Amino acid sequence: MGIIELQHVNVDFPDKKREVVHAVHDVNLTIEKGDIYGVVGFSGAGKSTLVRTINLLQKPSGGNIKVNGTDFIKDGKQVISNKDLQLARRKIGMIFQNFNLLNEITVVENVAFALKHSGLKDNEVEEKSLKLLELVDLKEKAEFYPAQLSGGQQQRVAIARALANEPDILISDEATSALDPQNTQQILDLLKKLKDELNLTIVLITHEMSAVKKICDKVAVMQQGEIIEKGNLRDVVLHPKNTLTKSFVGGSLEVINTLKSLNLSNLNDEEAIYQLIYSVANVTKTIIIDLYREIGVEASMLYGNVELLDDEPIGTLLVLVKGDNEKQQQTVQFLEKEQVAVTRLNEKGDLYE
Amino acid sequence: MSSWFNKVFPNVINLGWTGDTGWASSIYQTLFMTFWSAIFGGILGIVFGVILVLTKENGVKPNKFWFNLCDKIVSIFRAIPFIILLAFIAPVTQIIAGTQIGMNAALVPLSLGVFPFYARQVQVALESVDQGKIEAAQSLGATTWDIIFNVYLNEARSELARVSTVTIISLIGLTAMAGAIGSGGLGNTAISYGYQRFNNDVTFVATLLVVILIFIVQIIGDFLAKHLNHQNR
Ligand SMILES: Nc1ncnc2c1ncn2[C@@H]1O[C@H](COP(=O)(O)OP(=O)(O)OP(=O)(O)O)[C@@H](O)[C@H]1O
Ligand SMILES: [Mg+2]
Repeated sequence: MGIIELQHVNVDFPDKKREVVHAVHDVNLTIEKGDIYGVVGFSGAGKSTLVRTINLLQKPSGGNIKVNGTDFIKDGKQVISNKDLQLARRKIGMIFQNFNLLNEITVVENVAFALKHSGLKDNEVEEKSLKLLELVDLKEKAEFYPAQLSGGQQQRVAIARALANEPDILISDEATSALDPQNTQQILDLLKKLKDELNLTIVLITHEMSAVKKICDKVAVMQQGEIIEKGNLRDVVLHPKNTLTKSFVGGSLEVINTLKSLNLSNLNDEEAIYQLIYSVANVTKTIIIDLYREIGVEASMLYGNVELLDDEPIGTLLVLVKGDNEKQQQTVQFLEKEQVAVTRLNEKGDLYE
Repeated sequence: MSSWFNKVFPNVINLGWTGDTGWASSIYQTLFMTFWSAIFGGILGIVFGVILVLTKENGVKPNKFWFNLCDKIVSIFRAIPFIILLAFIAPVTQIIAGTQIGMNAALVPLSLGVFPFYARQVQVALESVDQGKIEAAQSLGATTWDIIFNVYLNEARSELARVSTVTIISLIGLTAMAGAIGSGGLGNTAISYGYQRFNNDVTFVATLLVVILIFIVQIIGDFLAKHLNHQNR
């Protein structure tokens, strides 16, 4: 029994030309209590639409939705009263890309707004709001207006506000997308810390795989409204089944940026770029040399990186391999035998077709 | 000084300060009409503006019937020229105010004349509130009343101050026309005692007073709009 259970969820939008956009199509997803569950995919994949069905900001056109043991939607029909939904929503925090703070009230008033129906007295609300701001390390900014804070600070206020009613679930929809790398890291660390301290379940939507690798323990990959792959982060990263997933798990942005800056001209028939992902512990350090010895191809390194995934070092390599078609096939077979996830890319870092 | 004034503005002095035709009376009448019709028309306008924003297709409480009803009422009243509205709703005025002429009677057409204009301005001001803020409030379990007062009206308050200023200024213009039903006021003074009696000095002073009044409203409005805004500073 998951804390969030989505079964056969569909969301259709009417299009201008009387056609229907299937923004979310037959999605099944169970999120267990205590998970930090990443949802990744390119822009327009349907990530936001999907997670917004969890607190019914988006009403689905079909399927079942059950959160925290309460049925929200059964067979596409809302089975929770609007009043109860209001109460249930207070136990599902949500943060957004644009922070969405109220700009005409102070930081502490923003947090207090979430506590309006908590039954607490005014001074208790104030006290609790300040405590929440302390949790996100912003107590000294309590009397500021949101516009006077940096993006990272505003997002921390939004986190304090989302946690005010002690929710069990926190949904983060691209919460770090508007932030620079430093602030992104800070917010991700904060989420991880809060998850442990407050016993949260976190759903983290992003188009950045690196954010998922930093804090998630499970991940679902979305494409055109469907979940094409899901599971433990380690399994998905090391053994991706779907080709899109394969390109995604490499930390795509850095890889793409590296390739762009290398400015490779069109490759000839005898050259191919591969992205290799592997658990450093399981793979002999000499695969590139082995490749030359066993198959006789030269592999030049374009990019290399090692990241910790739950304390396990995971390597990402980008190599340019020279050799004819047969050699190329042998290369892939050899690497796969060595437990390396191999994805062929083109010179722009996209999937090779 | 006063002898110079007597010479250049003889009729202005003749009208006197107090009394039915006095300047104090007409200033008071203009302020009275502007104030109370701003209150009544303002409340109507805010109510209609809020309903329009809440019940629209992607609103917080989508409802085609209420949206269309309010939308049509606002559109129809906006389409009626004020001077025609004065005559057109005279029977209604009779019922509400007990008379068809005078300052109190003028409040009915003034309020009804200004509210559709204001309702549209309120609608636009409220729609400028980022949809994301509404969603964030909903995700916190906010009630519809919370969303109306804490999100829509409060987040748009600077914009509301601005459109209210515009509305009050056009309302001062309407009070001048209300002179047609014997409402008194500076507009009435300018027309009845100035223009129609060829007393150009009276017309001039009455106009000047209206302009000063509008300036004062504008200055207060600008001040409020600026000081109620904490969005991007
Ligand atoms: N209210 C709406 N009306 C019509 N179409 C919509 C609506 N909301 C989303 N869509 C469509 O549904 C699809 C999925 O959108 P969604 O916002 O869920 O994508 P996303 O994965 O969150 O993308 P991004 O990374 O850009 O935020 C898109 O094709 C979008 O155009
Ligand atoms: Mg999105």
